[in-house]
Amino acid sequence: MHYLLTHLPAAWTLTVIHLRLSLLPVLAGLAIALPWGVLIHRRAVLRRLTTVTASVIFTIPSLALFVVLPLLIPTRVLDEANVIVALTLYTTALLVRAVPEALDAVSAQTRDSATALGYTRIKRMLKVELPLSIPVLTAGLRVVVVTNIAMVSVGSVIGIGGLGTWFTEGYRANKSDQIVAGIIVIFVLATVMDTLIMLAGRLATPWERASGAGRRRRQLRAPIVGGAR
Amino acid sequence: MNFLTQAVSYIFTAENWLGPVGLAARILQHLEYTAAAVAVSAVIAIPIGLIIGHTGRGTLVVVSAVNGLRAVPTLGVLLLGVLLWGLGLVPAMAALTLLGIPPLLASTYAGISNVDSTVVDAARAMGMTEMQVLLHVEVPNALPLILGGLRTATLQVVATATVAAYASLGGLGRYLIDGIEVRQFHIAVVGALMVAALALILDAALAWAVWASVPGTGRLRREPVGSGGFRMSR
Repeated sequence: MHYLLTHLPAAWTLTVIHLRLSLLPVLAGLAIALPWGVLIHRRAVLRRLTTVTASVIFTIPSLALFVVLPLLIPTRVLDEANVIVALTLYTTALLVRAVPEALDAVSAQTRDSATALGYTRIKRMLKVELPLSIPVLTAGLRVVVVTNIAMVSVGSVIGIGGLGTWFTEGYRANKSDQIVAGIIVIFVLATVMDTLIMLAGRLATPWERASGAGRRRRQLRAPIVGGAR
Repeated sequence: MNFLTQAVSYIFTAENWLGPVGLAARILQHLEYTAAAVAVSAVIAIPIGLIIGHTGRGTLVVVSAVNGLRAVPTLGVLLLGVLLWGLGLVPAMAALTLLGIPPLLASTYAGISNVDSTVVDAARAMGMTEMQVLLHVEVPNALPLILGGLRTATLQVVATATVAAYASLGGLGRYLIDGIEVRQFHIAVVGALMVAALALILDAALAWAVWASVPGTGRLRREPVGSGGFRMSR
C-alpha cells in the first residue's frame, strides 16, 4: 500500500497505457463484430463457420500470440501494436458469437410486431432488435473488458508496458510492495470498468428495470475465453 | 517468416524432444501444472457451486466471487507468491487455481440452478431425498454445463501456465521466456506453437466430453448445449 501511495503519478501514467492497450481492442472488436454478427445472425452456415473459427482463436494463448504476431504482420516483436492486434482478435472472436446470440434473445413476436407496424428490415434491426439485445451484449462486453485488462498485464513478461511492469520490476527488485500495488490498481481498474459498462447497459435499457425479467438468469454467463492472463 | 521455419524445423528435430529439458519433458511439466491447478480449482469450486445452485441461497456470493476473481491478475499473484513463499510449485499452483475457480464456479452454479424446476419437483414427488435429487437428477442434467466450465478453466490455465516459467519453473513457457531473454525468437515461437497446439488438443478432447455428457437423446439434436460460451441459460 505504501508503494502505491508514494508512486501515484507513475500509477496514473501506467494506468493510461494499460487502458489504451486494453480498450482500443474493444472498440475495434465492436466495430468488426457488430456488423458481422448482424450479417450472420440469420445465415446458419456462415454463423457456424464463424463460431468454429472464433473458438479456435480463443484457444491460442495470448502470450503465444503476442510472440507469433510479429511474424505474420509487419511489426517488431516488442511493439505495442502486437498486443492491440492480438486482443482485437480475441475481442472480435468473443463478440462475433455474442452478437447473434444477443439477437436471438429478441422474441419472434417482437420482430413480427415491428414488421406489422411497417418497419423495414434495416430500421427494425437498428430500432428494435439491436436495442433489445443490449443486455446480453453488455454481459459479453463486461467479460471482454475485464479479461483484456488482465491479459495486458501478462504482456509485461515480454516487455510490453502497462501496469504489468510493476509485477516484473517488483519481482526483479524483490519488492513485494510494488507487486501488491500493481494487483490493487489492476483489480480496481477492472472492477471500475466492469461497473461502468454494467451501468451504461442499464441506462441504455430503461425497460429492463421496469420489467426486471430475465436479469437474474443473465447474471452468470461464463463465456469460453482462452488466453493467458 | 524466417523465425517460423526455424521454429518448425526445431520442433521436427528428434533430439530436441529428448532429455530433461526437451520438448517432451516440458510438455509433461506443463500438463502437470495444468492438471493439478484445475483439479484443485474443481475441488474448491464445484461443491460450492452445487450447494448454492441447489439451495438457491448465496447467489450474490457466487456472482461477486466470480466477478472479483476474474479481475485478479494471475501474473501478479504468481510473482507475489514467489517473493513470499520462494520458488516452487506452491505460488504457481495458487495463482493458477485462482484463475480456474471463476469459470468452474459460475458454470456449476448456473448448471444446477437452470435445471427445469418441474423435473426437480417431480424427483421430490417420487420420494427422493435432497441428496438424491442433487446427485441423481440435478448433476446429470447440469453435467454439460459443468464440463463446459471445466473446459474453459482448463483452457485458461493451460494458456496461463506459460507464465510459470517467469518464476523459474518449467513447462512450455520456458521456451517463450528464454527465447525472448536471449533474443532467440525462433525458440520463443517454438513455445508459442507448442502451447497453442496443446491448448487446441485439450479443448477438442473436452469439447467431446461436453457433447458426450448431454443426457438422454439430447446429444443427437443439433443444438450444442454446453459448447457455446453464451448458452448458459436455455
